[in-house]
Amino acid sequence: MPGISELARPETRADSDLRAKTRFFAAITILSNVAGNSALTKGMQQLGGIGNSPLALIGALFHPWVALGVALLIVWTLTHMTLLSWADLSYVMPVTAISYVVTALAARLFLGENVSLARWAGIVLVTAGVMLVGRTEAASARVESRPR
Amino acid sequence: MKWTLVLMVICATTVGDVFRSLGMRQHGEIHDFRPGAIGAAFGMIARNSFVIISTCAMAVSFFSFMKLVSIAPMSFAVPMSAAAFIPETLLARVLLKEAVDWRRWAGVGLILIGVFCISQ
Repeated sequence: MPGISELARPETRADSDLRAKTRFFAAITILSNVAGNSALTKGMQQLGGIGNSPLALIGALFHPWVALGVALLIVWTLTHMTLLSWADLSYVMPVTAISYVVTALAARLFLGENVSLARWAGIVLVTAGVMLVGRTEAASARVESRPR
Repeated sequence: MKWTLVLMVICATTVGDVFRSLGMRQHGEIHDFRPGAIGAAFGMIARNSFVIISTCAMAVSFFSFMKLVSIAPMSFAVPMSAAAFIPETLLARVLLKEAVDWRRWAGVGLILIGVFCISQ
């Protein structure tokens, strides 16, 4: 059972450093994803229909909100990649899913969107799922190759 | 058309994430966060074949998703795309040899139901 083996090994300084590093990069990944997608959506909405031509798409990149969105999504890509250099994919993927909750709450706070009962239930479920995965060892594949 | 795009988004996202993870693991843990060291690390990563495949797959996923939201409502597109969590978790266990215990599966289950509720 993984739970027992985790309890049997006392937490070292390296373990707590790794946890802090994982949380820090996960937070940047989540925030850059939400902010990047929001900025991109706002920019695309302001531009209206831009058609499918590559030239129109390139032109859209010069719109301030689109440019900010793209820049934030580059930050998201780089932090996501950095996180995956030590953390499990099956840890990173569910934990960063909290971005669905952040997006829903941001829509309520900044856009005054109504949050229905179903949405609140979804927010609770996603948060519970993220907390459950968050309690597992972030870098199981890495730990196995490390001498104990 | 709608279901073909859903399948494309799920497959491309799965390939993108799994190959990104493979590439980054091959590169090794990033320790040095000084600008020069980070630049050098990403210079090497950009030439990693797994990362190149991953980036192409991510682009396919992004444009397929954009096309999907242009023909289907977000309440359909978002939870359907989140279904990529299932093949990704499966491949993380089989291919990446990660310790996927019941908590990770239960977490993915709760998140998928939650995303469905949030998107309505």
